[in-house]
Formats: sequence, C-alpha cells, structure tokens
Amino acid sequence: MKRIGAGSRHRLGLTLNGREAQGWAEPRMLLCDFLRHEIGATGTHVGCEHGVCGACTVRLDGAPVRACLTLAVQAEGRRVDTVEGLAPDGELNDLQRAFRRHHALQCGFCTPGILMSLDAWLETGPEPDEAAVRELLSGHLCRCTGYSGIVAAALEAAATRRSEDD
Amino acid sequence: MKPAPFDYLRADDEEEALEALAEAGDDARLLAGGQTLMPMLNMRLVEPAVLIDISRLPGRAAIGDDGGVIEIGASTTQAELEAWSSLARRAPLLAQALPLLGHVQTRSRGTVCGSIAFADPSAELPLCLATLGGEAVLRSRAGPRTLPAAEFQTGMLSTACREDEMVTAVRFPAAEPGAGYAFTEFARRHGDFAIVAVAAIARANGIRIGVGGVAEQPAVRDWPPLAGSALDDALNELAWSLDAADDAQASARYRRALVRGLGKRTVQAATEARP
Repeated sequence: MKRIGAGSRHRLGLTLNGREAQGWAEPRMLLCDFLRHEIGATGTHVGCEHGVCGACTVRLDGAPVRACLTLAVQAEGRRVDTVEGLAPDGELNDLQRAFRRHHALQCGFCTPGILMSLDAWLETGPEPDEAAVRELLSGHLCRCTGYSGIVAAALEAAATRRSEDD
Repeated sequence: MKPAPFDYLRADDEEEALEALAEAGDDARLLAGGQTLMPMLNMRLVEPAVLIDISRLPGRAAIGDDGGVIEIGASTTQAELEAWSSLARRAPLLAQALPLLGHVQTRSRGTVCGSIAFADPSAELPLCLATLGGEAVLRSRAGPRTLPAAEFQTGMLSTACREDEMVTAVRFPAAEPGAGYAFTEFARRHGDFAIVAVAAIARANGIRIGVGGVAEQPAVRDWPPLAGSALDDALNELAWSLDAADDAQASARYRRALVRGLGKRTVQAATEARP
C-alpha cells in the first residue's frame, strides 16, 4: 500500500504526450494543477474546479477525463495527453485547423478541453453525426461561440478522417 | 477551490482498503472514480483526514453475468458498463439510463458502485437498483453482507453502509423474459441530475414503477396492469404521495406534473418494449 502523508510532497512521474514527465505533488494536488504548476504544461485550462465546465479535460490512458476531478497521485505511472500533444510546436492538427476555419473559438479558454474530448471521439472513427457531437459537447461550456462552429469543425474533421480511410 | 490536506493511501487489494478503513473510521473516505467526492473535496464540503484510493484494486473492475444476475465490481466505471456488449440485451434499463448519467467525460471515471454508495436522491443508478430490486454487497474486516436495495439506501445521501464497510459490488437482476423496460428523465441540461427520473418495468401481470428526484430516496410501487384513466389516477396518487418540495430548480407542483407526465410516458414505453 502506498502512503503519502498530508503535508509531504511526493515525487511522481507520468507519461505526458508520449514523454516522461516528473514533478512533486502533495496528495491533495489536482492533476490540472500538477500539469500547469509543476510541469509547466499550461495548455490545459482550469475553469470551475468542480467538474462542470470541462475546460480542464485531458485524456488519461486514452479516455477523456476532468483533470480537476483527478488527483495528481492518481495519474502516477499513467499516460496523460493534453492539447500540447495534438501537433508539433507551431503546427495545428486537422481538428485544430477545422476549428480555425469554422470560427470554433473566440476567447479560446474552453478550447483545449473540447479538443481533447473530440480527439478521443475522432480516434474511434465515428460517423460525422451531429447528435453525437452535441452530446459530447454537453460536457463542455463555451460562452463565446454558441457551439455551432465547434459542431461544424468536429463534423468536418470526422468526415475528412473517414474519407481518408476509404 | 482546492481540497484541504489529507493522508493518501493507495490500496493494492481489498484487504488493505478494509484495514485502512477500520483504522481510520469516520475520518476516512474511499475514493473510487471521484466524480462526486472530488467536487466535494474541492469545495471543502468534506475534509477527511485520510483518503483511501480504491481505483486500482485488482479484479474489482469486473462485470459478472451469472444466470439471472449482473454483478458490477467496486472499480468498474460507468463507461465500462455502458460499453459492455451485452448491456442492451441483459440490462435494458441500465442501457437506457447510463447515457443520461453525467457526461462522457465523467462516466469515464465515475463508478457504478460509487454512484449507488453516494445515494443521491436524483441519481439514475440508485433508481435503477431500487426499481429492479437489486442488492448491494458490503464488506468489512468482519466479513461480507448483502442488502437489498430498499434496505441499503436509507434516505437522502445516506445508506446502511457502516463506517468500516465498503461497497464491493452491486447486483442487478438481469432482464426477465417477457418484460419491457423504460427509463426517462427530465433535467434542465443533458447530463444534469434529473429533476424527476422514472424507471418502469412492464410484465404480463403488472407494472413496477420507480421515481427518483422527488422523495428523499427512490420510490418504487407495484401496480396491476393499468392503462388510460386508471393509470392517470395511480400516477396522480403516486405524485402526491412523494411529499414533493419546492427548490431552486422546480416547484413541488411542477415535480408532481412531471411524475404524472413522465410516469405515463415511461409506463407506456415499457409496455411497448415488451417482446
């Protein structure tokens, strides 16, 4: 059994976007804060800190999860993927380019979380189905766009990926 | 906000978790998926001295299908159950309820047993367990015991689980041949807790209906086969019997209207779903 005392900091490692990353965390440190403050991966944003807004969504062992509802120590030794891993520095992946084309963001605060949810969804090779996209987006709050551009971008990315597989 | 400090224990097996629980008593909380507990920790609604992480227990992330019973282990997530290939056939009520429970991004970590152990009066899974007449399996160092859903959930956010016990599994009766199942709910936004949720089972010899979100715990009733105005009357009586209260989301009158309206729709859907 692993024990970490309340006040003590524990060195923990995880695989962030395919690379080993390490930092120090008290038991109570949230995964989103560990990523931002310990590792310096500030692409993941923190909004409500109680699981409602979806801004902090990252992929944990592939699944989209709320980084504010996950303790850093729970991610020890596991794979975490964040918005920084979608494309090399200075480049955008197909989904991000679709976001730009369809004006799927304005302030951009919610965008990293939405991209990670959509990234997990696109990986399943889905039909470009608007109802499915809207259900997925129900786990995210965006106050700028009214969601239409986000839906359009997600559907385009899904359609393009499917046509490339044919 | 951030959680107040706590000691963190990661249990490698059930015995370790039970040992830690027995030592720490009511100063401890079990952390499985964390989709309810973590917001409470972040908002400091709870400040346990010890947090026992059971999310990595081996062998608990399991779905057992043994004859008439679907058994779900302590660390099985809602997403794992939703993805189970036999779900629609073996547990049609759960198949209808799970997509309404939170979001993809919370079902990926939230556990089935955790939702039932938390016993929120508006939550979908406790309503399913109560309506289906399932059981919760509890274990302490003294041994296991099994409680029917009606004895497990004792009120709003309260259960018969003692402070040295953990819910190690829940058991849902599998689909009965000849029965139809339906689940509907009304919430302001998709994924919110339901203002009113209704589960119904239609059998040849009668109807079972369960209502969540109104009383302090799921309310289950057994009726003979009813239709038309007899069904309306029964639903009206049910709506009044639940002592609905006003809150910020909905008035008592609105909740009663939902019990009548959603109740009728759900009973009809269950009846139509009979094979």
